[in-house]
Amino acid sequence: MLESSEAFVGQAAAGLADAGLQRALAKAKPQFVKKRGGAVERLPEFEALRDVAAGIKDHVIAHLDYYLEAYAEAVERSGGVVHWCRDAEEARAAVLKICRDAGARTVTKGKSMVTEEIGLNDYLEGHGIEPVETDLGEYILQLRREPPSHIIGPAFHLERAEWEKSFREHHKDLSPDRVFHERRDILTEARAKLRSRFLAADVGITGANFLIAETGSSVIVTNEGNGDLTQTLPRVHVVVTGIEKVVPTIEDTLALLRVLARSATGQDMSVYTTFSTGGRRADDLDGPEEYHVVLLDNGRSGMVGTQFQEMLRCIRCAACMNHCPVYGAVGGHAYGSTYPGPMGAVLTPMLRGIEAAGHLPNASTFCGKCESVCPVKIPLPNLMRHWREREFERHLQPKAMRYGLAFWAWFAKRPGLYRLGTRAAAMGLGFLGRKRGHFDRLPFAGGWTAGRDFPAPEGDTFFAKYAAHERNK
Amino acid sequence: MSRAEILGAIRRGLRRGEVPPDQQAMLASRTAMHQRHIIPKRGQLDLAGRIDLFTYYAEREFATVARLQSYDEVPEAVTSYLAGQNIPPAIVVAPHPALQGVPFNQTPMLDIRYGVSKADDLVSLQVAFAGIAETGTLMLPSGPARPTSNNLLPDTAIVVLPAEYVVGCYEDAFDALRDAGPMPRNVMLVTGPSRSADIEQTLELGAHGPRRLHILIVDVQN
Repeated sequence: MLESSEAFVGQAAAGLADAGLQRALAKAKPQFVKKRGGAVERLPEFEALRDVAAGIKDHVIAHLDYYLEAYAEAVERSGGVVHWCRDAEEARAAVLKICRDAGARTVTKGKSMVTEEIGLNDYLEGHGIEPVETDLGEYILQLRREPPSHIIGPAFHLERAEWEKSFREHHKDLSPDRVFHERRDILTEARAKLRSRFLAADVGITGANFLIAETGSSVIVTNEGNGDLTQTLPRVHVVVTGIEKVVPTIEDTLALLRVLARSATGQDMSVYTTFSTGGRRADDLDGPEEYHVVLLDNGRSGMVGTQFQEMLRCIRCAACMNHCPVYGAVGGHAYGSTYPGPMGAVLTPMLRGIEAAGHLPNASTFCGKCESVCPVKIPLPNLMRHWREREFERHLQPKAMRYGLAFWAWFAKRPGLYRLGTRAAAMGLGFLGRKRGHFDRLPFAGGWTAGRDFPAPEGDTFFAKYAAHERNK
Repeated sequence: MSRAEILGAIRRGLRRGEVPPDQQAMLASRTAMHQRHIIPKRGQLDLAGRIDLFTYYAEREFATVARLQSYDEVPEAVTSYLAGQNIPPAIVVAPHPALQGVPFNQTPMLDIRYGVSKADDLVSLQVAFAGIAETGTLMLPSGPARPTSNNLLPDTAIVVLPAEYVVGCYEDAFDALRDAGPMPRNVMLVTGPSRSADIEQTLELGAHGPRRLHILIVDVQN
């Protein structure tokens, strides 16, 4: 569980200075954009489907209480158990109780950001139960005791050499002289290691991409097949997920699936999209005997009816961070939150409070790319702006920043003075910088000029030019 | 208690109490109607077109596809595929009625076991409930004829897909599933073999599920 969003500024600087991370970002960024672009191009209906997807989610949010009750009823009809949990503590306790009732010693886990959100692994370990992450990226992060840096590519910040090093350190039973000729050899070693864990686990824990009210099904979307082995082989399957994942019907789910993988990895469809409904039936040949859903609120119900309500549409595809210039520069760990990037900048203050996470909504250039690629059209920059306003109202920024903004606002409210002042500044700076064309250093702007040059103004201000243009018409 | 509090918080946010009965009825009928949203045009073809499109997308996602005239050709298709991949000719076969009449005795080289796949089974033979042309996706619902483990544990998955079951879109497949009975415990939509791009964003096949997915589209003459 990553909880250091207070330290964003320092962590961002560390990210910028991390050569390995910068190489990984440089490699991944163009891939993210290209893959999504290709998938969107192959589906002419994609743009129209974004409106459909947003509409479905809005319909659910407006009737969230109804659909949650309908969903819970359907789960119970199919022989499953729903555990309603207000916060992380209740959810962890619910999972622990299920594990203890099952006499579990080890549990396998499919990829789940909600279990990161509630810090489930540390909690289970503290209570004598060994959690085993089975998604390849999550597996190496568990070996390295690192949090994910991306919600769908958790370990993309690691380079191949780091994978090899960690595998050598942790797989002591294998020959130390073995050679990893190619990436496939790393994958093959992990597959072999995890196979025995899949077979031995007493409980399997997965997340859910969607919960279907009509059938009481949970849906997971994966490429590796680890989530499916996790929910098929152990005697007990536990789904840990948030209340906002519910959708009315299979048809609604299918519409959302058509935008999910395309936005996330640029696949038309992920390899395994699996609908799980209850426990093993009388004539089934395999599958878990027990099926539990741990349904987490953790601040989500508090977003309903507020200006942040649209964030509940999010289907966790990661397109916003994949296209974000800030995420692309500093990486995911800098955010100090389970959820990084633009969606994390909106969600984290909700989960941890604006006092702890105020930096995140400020870490945006407001270029709008995140909103333009969001499959459910969440107005992310707008929502970040709402957080900035709240932060300002509550006097949470440093004094210098507040005074600076107040000083600027005083001028901005007096247009005549503002134009005069900016004109004088532009002319003054233009005169001083006429030889070199830029400034290496400026008073009161040392932080800004430390990383870049300030271009010397050329000619007059926009307002002055516009006024002259109007006069000469 | 937590349930009541969560639902209460949602209702406070929505500035209303429980959904009134008339609206509940409307929402229930929205659910019952199974109304479809936009269906991509690309899968809306006749059967021959759907089979071609299915094959195109399945192969694009690294599955391999062979077309057979009848179930009688299945044993030979399986043995020759395995020989070509240098895989020992031993398979675990799902106890599906469609495979009961397959003349495996004509290929004595092929070692057959019926039932649920175990961890050391290398090859499985499964029957798909439907193929979805839109993305080259197989639908594999669990049940007495189709163990889920067989989709996942073996290194190589061979799936028989009756040609007439190739539909245009996911919705058509789910409609057929609804007609067949209650929602099965597990419904897998499978598009290509298992893979991961977790190591340096580079695609590698064969993560935890099958490394190879071979699809036999079988024409069935009634």
